[in-house]
Amino acid sequence: MPLLQVEKMSHEFGGLRAVNSYNLEIEAGQIRGLIGPNGAGKTTIFNLITGIYKPTEGDIILDGKKITGLQPHRIAAFGIGRTFQNLQLWRHMTVVEHVKLARYSRVGYGLIGAFFGTMKRQKQEADIEEMAHNLLKMVGIDHLSDQVVTNLPYGDQRRVEMARALSMEPKILLLDEPTAGMNPEELIQMMEIIRRVHKELGMAIFLIEHRLKVVMDLCQMIQTLNFGHVIAEGTPEEIQNNPKVIDAYLGRESLV
Amino acid sequence: MLSRRIWDSFFRVPLLGWLIGILIAVMLEHLLGDSLVDVLGLSKIPALFGFVIILKNPILMPGATLYVLLIYIIPVSAVARISSWPANKLAARLLDFPIWFSVVIHLGLFYAALHMWSEISAYRLLTLKLTLIAIMVTLSLNVVNGYMGEFSCSHPGFMALGAYAASVVTVVLFVNDRLFGPALLAPAFGPFIFPVALVTGGMVAALGALAIAIPSFRTRGDYLAIISLAFMFIIKSMIENLEVVGGPRGLSSQPDYANLPIVFFWTIACIWMTNNFVRSILGKALNAVRDDEMAANAMTVNTRRTKIIAFLFAAFWAGVAGGLFAHVLRYVNPATFGLQKLAEVLAMVYFGGLNSVYGSIVGAVSLSLLGEALRPLEIFKWIIIPLLLILVMIYRPTGLVAFKELNVRNLVKPKQ
Ligand SMILES: Nc1ncnc2c1ncn2[C@@H]1O[C@H](COP(=O)(O)OP(=O)(O)OP(=O)(O)O)[C@@H](O)[C@H]1O
Ligand SMILES: [Mg+2]
Repeated sequence: MPLLQVEKMSHEFGGLRAVNSYNLEIEAGQIRGLIGPNGAGKTTIFNLITGIYKPTEGDIILDGKKITGLQPHRIAAFGIGRTFQNLQLWRHMTVVEHVKLARYSRVGYGLIGAFFGTMKRQKQEADIEEMAHNLLKMVGIDHLSDQVVTNLPYGDQRRVEMARALSMEPKILLLDEPTAGMNPEELIQMMEIIRRVHKELGMAIFLIEHRLKVVMDLCQMIQTLNFGHVIAEGTPEEIQNNPKVIDAYLGRESLV
Repeated sequence: MLSRRIWDSFFRVPLLGWLIGILIAVMLEHLLGDSLVDVLGLSKIPALFGFVIILKNPILMPGATLYVLLIYIIPVSAVARISSWPANKLAARLLDFPIWFSVVIHLGLFYAALHMWSEISAYRLLTLKLTLIAIMVTLSLNVVNGYMGEFSCSHPGFMALGAYAASVVTVVLFVNDRLFGPALLAPAFGPFIFPVALVTGGMVAALGALAIAIPSFRTRGDYLAIISLAFMFIIKSMIENLEVVGGPRGLSSQPDYANLPIVFFWTIACIWMTNNFVRSILGKALNAVRDDEMAANAMTVNTRRTKIIAFLFAAFWAGVAGGLFAHVLRYVNPATFGLQKLAEVLAMVYFGGLNSVYGSIVGAVSLSLLGEALRPLEIFKWIIIPLLLILVMIYRPTGLVAFKELNVRNLVKPKQ
């Protein structure tokens, strides 16, 4: 049974059919890519899977459990973590606070602990703090842990997004263009982080990318989306040589 | 160069040193205040640092200024400076014990100073109690308007609910009253039941808050401001039409339970609990919801639950503050809890600083004292205070001490 399964999912904005009868199967531990030109509907697919939009048609099944139409925070707690394409960080909070907050659904001390600062809370917060620093080390920004995120350069903010999503201990991690706007050096570092995270934590990863080089390097299987339709699906080599893919990208940007 | 070094040396005085300085200054006032007043040609001890006297009668300005200098400023800074070294040692020693021990010592000293200060006149005592209550109200509103970033207007309504609910409990149980008949319990129980009355007030306010929270936080959008404003007016006119509690004439003869230690205790409890809350992960979720609700949701935060909890929490403390308010004045009427109260509380929150316990304390204390100090100016008071607010809004849009976390350990630690 696949970890995440999407069946014939469609979504309309007003009259615009942004996603059309979309299917997906991801096995545990797999890295998959989703590519496609601007406005193809990639982010919309993420928003549908994470419950921000409710699909007009179709079903989403995580670990054998139907999660279609559930509220986003419940879907997240079931094990779907994500990052956002246009950095959506909390601008008054520090780096480490971001990572700690993503443990929200696992906080066990309840309101009594929150109001009265019980021993149980102190112990749990200390554990969470330690875990947060470990994750920050993994993405290489532990030295920035007490900075307010808006003080950070763009590349580091992307790392915060990453650490925050990891802190939920997701079964599957959705990364929406994790290297967007990065210079070549930062890009290589980010790819290294993704590899490392996958190796050490072992969750499945579903990755949206603009730059084909990145998906080709990281992913075992790639889908190509255009105008809400999957136009090609296969290994990096198959995708690279698929005339439909070349067509969709033609005149927009170079493939590699 | 020299002045710079003297100045710096004051930054090495720990909180403990300042508290000792204040305590000694207040003792000095008890011992020498009256004679100094005679020497300086003042009629009585200046109640609020000489402002009122100066504004009423500018000729007395040198005398009042000298008084403040001789009784407060010089003794406090001298003692703080001189005691700096032993105070630092002591503060360090205190941290060998669990943190609460040091905190209790600091609070004890602070309370002693406030107590002696307020003994000088009934006016001081009343101003002090009302200021402490203002801190509770401001801080609890800051949870909603600052930490959570919504705009709520219902705080006077919550205060009213708390004031009336707590009053009804104490008056029914302990007072032979025209409206409610003879007392049901022996007066000796009173002080023990009073906390129950206050908590009842808080609970009733929280229940009222639930009526706002359920429709307001169902969907995203700015319904809260308008619904909470309506709520405030509804509560006010409801009480006006409720003859059982005296209608527009108000409810009086509350027993005298809200003495200074009680008000101080509840204020500290409110600050302590709020600070615990906003620093926990459940409390930080408020900031996340404010800064980016979609991201909060995607990180497992149940935004609706988070908002409702914070709103009820804030209402609870506004209710407790209302209960204290009623028992400090020993009289309440519905007219107190209208637009003017709302403006006052909002001003304290935004003046002091959003998302900050310090900010709420600063806002509540400075505007309470300013309001009293400028009283002799009568109508001009309502020009000066708004002008000040506008200036703060221009130069510091989030308030004087916004987004500053209150870390108790840092506060009580030695500075050297
Ligand atoms: N909330 C919305 N309301 C209406 N239309 C939307 C909304 N979100 C996306 N769209 C439209 O749906 C289509 C797909 O958008 P989407 O953001 O999913 O594209 P994308 O593949 O992520 O593109 P990009 O590479 O630019 O991020 C676009 O035509 C977009 O304008
Ligand atoms: Mg996109």
